[in-house]
Amino acid sequence: MSAFAAVLKRDLVLALRRKNEVITSVFFFVVVAALFPLGIGPEMNTLRLVGPGILWVGALLASMLSLGRMFAADHADGTLEQMALSPNSLSVLVAAKILAHWLLSGLPLVLLAPVIGLQFDLSANALWILTLSLLLGTPVLSLIGAIGAALTLGVRGGDVLLTLLVLPLYVPALVFGAGAVQAEISGLGASAHLSILSAMVLVAAVFSPWASAVALRVAVES
Amino acid sequence: MIRKLFYFSSPQNFYPLAGKLWPMFACLATALTIWGLWLGMFVAPTDVQQGEGYRIIYVHVPVSWMSMVIYLAMAFWALLGLTFNTRLSGMLTSALAPTGAIFAFLSLWTGALWGKPMWGTWWVWDARLTSELILFFLYLGFIALTSAIDDARRADKAGAILALVGALNVPVIYFSVKWWNTLHQGASVSLTKGSSMQQTMLEAMLIMAVAFWMYAIAMTLYRVRSIILVRERHSQWVADLPEVKAQSLEART
Repeated sequence: MSAFAAVLKRDLVLALRRKNEVITSVFFFVVVAALFPLGIGPEMNTLRLVGPGILWVGALLASMLSLGRMFAADHADGTLEQMALSPNSLSVLVAAKILAHWLLSGLPLVLLAPVIGLQFDLSANALWILTLSLLLGTPVLSLIGAIGAALTLGVRGGDVLLTLLVLPLYVPALVFGAGAVQAEISGLGASAHLSILSAMVLVAAVFSPWASAVALRVAVES
Repeated sequence: MIRKLFYFSSPQNFYPLAGKLWPMFACLATALTIWGLWLGMFVAPTDVQQGEGYRIIYVHVPVSWMSMVIYLAMAFWALLGLTFNTRLSGMLTSALAPTGAIFAFLSLWTGALWGKPMWGTWWVWDARLTSELILFFLYLGFIALTSAIDDARRADKAGAILALVGALNVPVIYFSVKWWNTLHQGASVSLTKGSSMQQTMLEAMLIMAVAFWMYAIAMTLYRVRSIILVRERHSQWVADLPEVKAQSLEART
């Protein structure tokens, strides 16, 4: 547990010393959300309809921007090998890194989403559900993304490859995340969607650190 | 029996076996395709609602089935490769992937060709179409990942992990897309037909399914032979193969 806390703290400190990386992906989210109305047109009825989907796709892309960096620096300077050799379970250390990634790239989006949602004229209720769905959904993105990041570690053209691997696996989170807001707007109630999102977080939290650790060992051993 | 299985799990021993087996499966595939297509195109009656256009079903449905079966087969070999650390499993996984991708693509393509005259549109965001598209992306991701890694053993292991993660995700994707579709009321076209399929139609479709199955096995065995040759090219037994000897003699003269 202390190893978990140490890795988490280390990753957060490292990231906060280079704030621009964190800020870039948040800024990317804001810009993408602002570009869609320019492409679709300022009609508020349309925007209200597509808003949740756009915000979710934006969050998905923004959290993927920083995925490549999750293990790359540690792989380059040999820290990752030390982690693999350490007596602590690699899965636990990886779980700490995933949590750090979420805190740095997922949580800011969750906090920002209600503000951007206002641009799409979402009602207070819908904004609340949007925030909640992102709060439950963005950890899934970090967890699944970690497997992809571990698999593409040190591979030629890894960043583009990562998007190709990870985006299809993000589909369920996107469907239920954006669907929760749509269901709330249409009066169906979002509780079913949110329950399924929670289930996804739990399942991913069990399997993903383990699968990522296996993938990292493959990457480190060769 | 078990000993025999382990005997053939070595690429050196599997290579000649695959060489003997693939022509048999290829012949079976050809014969069954001719039989199935003849039954489907000439013997089976015209559909009351869809006319002659429905006959693409004899390619479309078996191809869609196979695209799913091959992903399962990949996941099976991936699991075997990760647990027993056998080299041949990884080779089989990567030999299966291109055939699976082709089947997934053909399924989308024939589906579009069928959809245009029947529903008046090339594409609907139906649950099955969407999940087939995502399955196609999964195949492409697998091929891209394994071909981007130079070290063959690492490529095998990374591919195996991806195949397993994908296989766990496929049902989740299918049901999420299905629910998304029913909520949105997007496509009002239902792909589900009554089970009252005519006997000859069903027969032709099943024969085509078996034919494509044989084709997939033949292609996989053929491809795995090439993969074995490439990966084991520095070993003595490959240099001693008559076909390799003939090639290198030709190259020398």
